[in-house]
Amino acid sequence: MRKTFKVEDLDCANCAAKVENAVKKIEGVKDASVSFIMQKLTVEADDDVFDSVMKKVVKTAAKVEPDMTIIM
Amino acid sequence: MTKKQKKLFIRIIVSAVLAIILAVLDLKGWYALLFAVPYLIAGYDVLFGAFRNILHGQVFDEKFLMAVATLGAFGIGEYPEACAVMIFYQTGELFMNIAVGKSRKSISSLMDIRPDTAVAVRDGSEVTLSPEEVEPGETIVIRPGERIPLDGIIIKGETAVNTSALTGESLPSDKVCGDKVISGTVNLTGVIYVRTTGTFGESTVSRILELVEKTAENKSRAENFITRFSRWYTPCVVIGAVLLAVIPPLFFGQDWSGWIKRGLIFLVVSCPCALVVSVPLTFFGGIGGASKKGILVKGANYLEALEKADTYVFDKTGTLTKGAFAVEAVHPGKGSPSVSEAELLDIAAVAESFSTHPLADSIIEAHGGHLDKKRVGEVEEIAGMGIKAVVDGSVYYVGNGRLMDKAGAAWHECHLPGTAIHVSRENDYLGHIIINDKIKPEAAKTIERLRALGAVKTVMLTGDNEKTAISVAGKTGVDEYRAELLPGDKVEQLERIMAERKKLRGDGGKVVFCGDGINDAPVLVRADVGVAMGAMGSDAAIEAADIVLMDDDISKLADAVKISKKTMRIVRENVFIALFVKALILVLGAFGVAGMWGAVFGDVGVLIIAVLNAMRALIAKR
Repeated sequence: MRKTFKVEDLDCANCAAKVENAVKKIEGVKDASVSFIMQKLTVEADDDVFDSVMKKVVKTAAKVEPDMTIIM
Repeated sequence: MTKKQKKLFIRIIVSAVLAIILAVLDLKGWYALLFAVPYLIAGYDVLFGAFRNILHGQVFDEKFLMAVATLGAFGIGEYPEACAVMIFYQTGELFMNIAVGKSRKSISSLMDIRPDTAVAVRDGSEVTLSPEEVEPGETIVIRPGERIPLDGIIIKGETAVNTSALTGESLPSDKVCGDKVISGTVNLTGVIYVRTTGTFGESTVSRILELVEKTAENKSRAENFITRFSRWYTPCVVIGAVLLAVIPPLFFGQDWSGWIKRGLIFLVVSCPCALVVSVPLTFFGGIGGASKKGILVKGANYLEALEKADTYVFDKTGTLTKGAFAVEAVHPGKGSPSVSEAELLDIAAVAESFSTHPLADSIIEAHGGHLDKKRVGEVEEIAGMGIKAVVDGSVYYVGNGRLMDKAGAAWHECHLPGTAIHVSRENDYLGHIIINDKIKPEAAKTIERLRALGAVKTVMLTGDNEKTAISVAGKTGVDEYRAELLPGDKVEQLERIMAERKKLRGDGGKVVFCGDGINDAPVLVRADVGVAMGAMGSDAAIEAADIVLMDDDISKLADAVKISKKTMRIVRENVFIALFVKALILVLGAFGVAGMWGAVFGDVGVLIIAVLNAMRALIAKR
């Protein structure tokens, strides 16, 4: 499953790159992409683990970029 | 500028003015610490942010590094430098913020195609609803100046419609009773009553909005490279800064403050912002510029692939030709009984007057006059061959060669290419009518333009007969053609072409397939870049294609290629400039030639140049 989420307060392009790199490393994440310009986070993971993967994504993103919020 | 941006702008100005005043006053000793005032005015949020990020364990954070660099400058007594770095850095941030905001606005102006309301006619009275609430098959009324909220067919009224938001076409399009209208376009002159053909979710405008939203998901290889690059760039430069600041003084007895200063210069350029922002921004601009021309690109990767296109494969009907049949010639037979052109056409048209076949339509249209259907008696449709009809008391056969064989009429082929409709009275051959699909006027020119843009091979695929294919291929100028293909053959042909090209030139070039989407979905998916045309109202096209041309103008394909080349050129320029300038600053800084001033000036300068250059991609000239 591939889902795109809106994000808020992603203020710098480098931060977007950091979040993308960090999320890609999470176990269960097949692919991830963060668009600074469109303020969007896209995550691809298997259907059955998607929700638990997203929980990890939210935690990781908060660590890397505390200002940013993901709109679930 | 937004409120937040305005506040930052004022802070920068105030800080800069104060700093200049202090610099002019040339204060010494403790008075020089007054530089802390403009410094804090410009950079307090950076310091707070840096501090907070440290608590989360973010060492290689931009804000932290900037804070260290400037506080370090204060530490070694370089007060004006510290101020300058902070002021310039914030200027760069502000500029980037504004540029990105403007780009985001340009994409949301595309979102303006979203209609807010629809007026449905229920139980005789008009009800204003949101477009989602209207059912398919309902009647809606659209007044002049209003945006058409749903796809449908006009059942009453006529008007002119502005499609420029979808197609980039500024000339209005006339619509009368029975014509299709598309959601998202603007009704100009008349009041029209439209019967909706789908829900809002299924409408063209919804599909396009969804498409636009999704473009961010498909990143180009360039963007992915930049993201990976930024991962190691910052740590490397920071480590370099530490080594530079510490090793010479520690192991070679050099002067600390001079080398620390050089280390700080490294920190100033440790953020690859110019690259990380300008590359996505450029693609964004390219996609935005394309959409203004009615070219919808589903992702930066497709724009990137299109730039490398060297082989173009075209579907014939509906892509190179209009897909609308028209009578091209009427050839009465030479033998007896002989009829005139007018009579031949008349007989055929009257005989076909009950037929729903598209070929019949073109004959009737060519006839132009009134068809007295009372002249027609019994009509029998013979599948795959044509019709047998009694007209004015005589039996006529109107159809293909096989029908003529069945009728026992001595028919002959026409030298002209196209589809021939033969006519016989009983077994007397009367002649034939040649019907052709008109070649798009811009088709030949487009092939030419594509060649100028780097097309090495152009191929036409069609299910039509060999003779028609040769004629169309000749008139449009494509290099090769494959005719008499069954629908399933097209994918195979495309794969063969792709394999052939790969063998000849490796993976470097890309193969583009351009079709009208109706039954070309598998081919569109298989090609490196699938381009669908005439997407107004065709779901299959929008789904399967990578690039969607909203109207039927094939020259837009050449426009798309031009935009892709411009976009990639700007991307390469930005990458080169950014890397070059940063490397230069690092080298000059390490050798003590550049000061902190120069470093931050160069760094922010590169950011501004890269961003401005990226915005150039938004301009899509003809």
